[in-house]
Amino acid sequence: MKPDFKAAHVSAEFAHDAPLITGRFDPTGKFVFAAGEDRAIARWELADAKKKTVFTGHDSWVFALAVSKDGQTLVSAGGDDTLIWWPAAAEKPAPLRKVTAHKGWIRALALSPDGKFLASGGNDRLVKLWNLADGKLAQEFSGHELDVYSVAFHPDGKFLLSGDLLGKVQQWDLATGKSVRVLDAKELHSYNGGQHVHFGGVRGLAVSPDKKHLVCGGLHKASNPLGNVHEPIVQRYDWETHKLLKTHLADGLTKSAVWNCLCHPDGTLIAGCGGGSGGHLLFWGKDDEKPAPAFKLPDMVRELDLHPDGLQIATVHHSRKLRVTKLAPKPPEPAKKA
Amino acid sequence: MKPCPYACHSAEHTVARRNFLGRLALGAGTVVGGLGSFAQPAVAAALAKDQKRMLVINMHGGLSQLESWDPKPGTTTGGPFRAIPTSVPGIHISELLPHTAKVMHHLALARGVNTKEDDHGKGAYKMLTGRRQLPGQTNPEIGAVIAKCFDSSDKTLPGHIRVTPGGGGGRSADSAYLGPKYASIALDGAKPPQHTIKPDNLSDTSLAEQNAFRRLADDHFLSRRRTAMMDAYVQSYEQALELMKQREVFDLSKEPAKDHERYGKSDFGRHCLMARRLLEKGITFAQVSHSNYDTHNENFNFHFEQVGEFDQPFATLVTDLYERGMLESTLIVVLSEFGRTPNINLYYGRDHWSKAWSVCLGGAGIARGAVVGKTNATGTEVTEREVDAGHLFHTYLRALGLSSKGNFDVAGRQVPMADPAMGPIKELLA
Repeated sequence: MKPDFKAAHVSAEFAHDAPLITGRFDPTGKFVFAAGEDRAIARWELADAKKKTVFTGHDSWVFALAVSKDGQTLVSAGGDDTLIWWPAAAEKPAPLRKVTAHKGWIRALALSPDGKFLASGGNDRLVKLWNLADGKLAQEFSGHELDVYSVAFHPDGKFLLSGDLLGKVQQWDLATGKSVRVLDAKELHSYNGGQHVHFGGVRGLAVSPDKKHLVCGGLHKASNPLGNVHEPIVQRYDWETHKLLKTHLADGLTKSAVWNCLCHPDGTLIAGCGGGSGGHLLFWGKDDEKPAPAFKLPDMVRELDLHPDGLQIATVHHSRKLRVTKLAPKPPEPAKKA
Repeated sequence: MKPCPYACHSAEHTVARRNFLGRLALGAGTVVGGLGSFAQPAVAAALAKDQKRMLVINMHGGLSQLESWDPKPGTTTGGPFRAIPTSVPGIHISELLPHTAKVMHHLALARGVNTKEDDHGKGAYKMLTGRRQLPGQTNPEIGAVIAKCFDSSDKTLPGHIRVTPGGGGGRSADSAYLGPKYASIALDGAKPPQHTIKPDNLSDTSLAEQNAFRRLADDHFLSRRRTAMMDAYVQSYEQALELMKQREVFDLSKEPAKDHERYGKSDFGRHCLMARRLLEKGITFAQVSHSNYDTHNENFNFHFEQVGEFDQPFATLVTDLYERGMLESTLIVVLSEFGRTPNINLYYGRDHWSKAWSVCLGGAGIARGAVVGKTNATGTEVTEREVDAGHLFHTYLRALGLSSKGNFDVAGRQVPMADPAMGPIKELLA
């Protein structure tokens, strides 16, 4: 079934006890996970929002989640230097393995296309590669000058990409462990001389399904970083040449940022956007400057993920809710009794 | 000494500064203002070898107490950062301050601060003057008060200096009724004051002749009508000449390369090194600003960045003051205009919060390792030993050996140095 972006609607809501930070679908499609400001991870059965299980084990907030291809292993990345391996589907989940992986926050996780490796990136400016099966460190990559905000594998599995606060995207060769080249998505970073802060960063990082484009999402026009005045932006670069092909914007969202972006298998670019302008899902075709359409959610979006069926998007919210947006027409209302 | 014939007949000026010193040495404890404000006359005698100084670090915009001095990890308001132990058993501070944690035994914390003022300007005014801002009233900032009380008449450099990014090098109006002599000079970061280099086309002889002529004119004017404004004018010119002569005091390149490395490459690191240099060169009061903490948006990212930048230079400065024997005579205060809300808003931000926050003190006269005051489990209210900016102001004065109950004599009017309705936080005093 093809997605119908114009028919997007919220099909389900899942409630937690604290504002949510990040969320992921189980690749088998049974569960959806979210981490909250209470340090906990919640797991819901997609088919029944009342079937909720809570995982606890971190000593800080959890900033990123990854679920193995078979849906059996969940890895969570915390602000406590730690990666935790969990039995994703267990009735009473307890940590299987804790790995002190970074110094400080671990902000991003990604699974390799073959499902064997896990990449992590954090505030220690390092990127690391882990064997998913045993949690052993496979490689370490250094070269970022500020915090690593995002990691993504190239679909062919040869390269790992990592984006940082400065807007730099490192392309690491997994065979040699060396940086191949650096893309400077400089519009996604600013240094505010009045407030003396760096701001922005590559918050979303993806490679298009046809492997032709590299996509970086975040914010720009940050006239007041400390006061949440900035606008969302996604930039599409040519993979081979690093030439900027398209800048995707969203008019009117003057207090908003792209918190993550991804490429739908049909080529549509999807961004989760949130801030003072509310919460939106933005959909762009490869030639669209403005989103067509932008779907407004009830409140600010902090993260998104795409269901393996390509028809459902999970978004997490400060309002303690995980919402599933369906990219299909609403089913007809049941007929009212006369 | 003959009283100066001020046209305004100001009682403020009927006692010259040298006279202040003379009376103090004789133990005349009733003189108000100046060094007569010392709680213990013996302090004055010790001044020559133990000059009192004060260092203020102003965390501009409102440092979050939860990401610094009063962390609440694992609570609904605690945020993502953890608490770490310090060199003082039992005291934990934010993990963003690992270097400061190692020098905690030189410091103390007031954790029950409630200043009841959530406006930036008014909050800053209150914290720096110890009084609420009222229409038609201005009060001197702590730097002016300290310079007034400790600067001897033979001191040629300004006693009240602010090191701030973008400082223009000019005088501020922060000394209120104490007069422009004690107003701060703002240094633009680690640069010497502006306009302190003699123009190339002006010879030494010409400069000397110009100043000689100016002094003749000044003397002529002063002999007929002397005013405080005229004195300030004369003093400003003479001090500017001294600044030109002693420009190297502000030349950070004179500090060893290894110290530049220890303080780091950030602006704040250089400013802390400048503060050390100023204090070592005899400047009485130095204030360093660190900007910016007004984190309504992405509080945790920005505190990671900002507090991370603050931590090492600050701890290095505390260590240096200790190792150079200056900590006994130098009061350190790390303050803001207010703290930040325990509530985390939807942008991961924290907003203005003066109801329950913290101030860090250290050095001269401070009970090292003390923690006074407490907030509840989520940091929303003070539960023990609530204090206001006025209490802190009294404490600063007392820590430096001044009587905070003393008065300044302003045109014959007795003006309390600190809010008379309040007093010092005795538990913070050594």
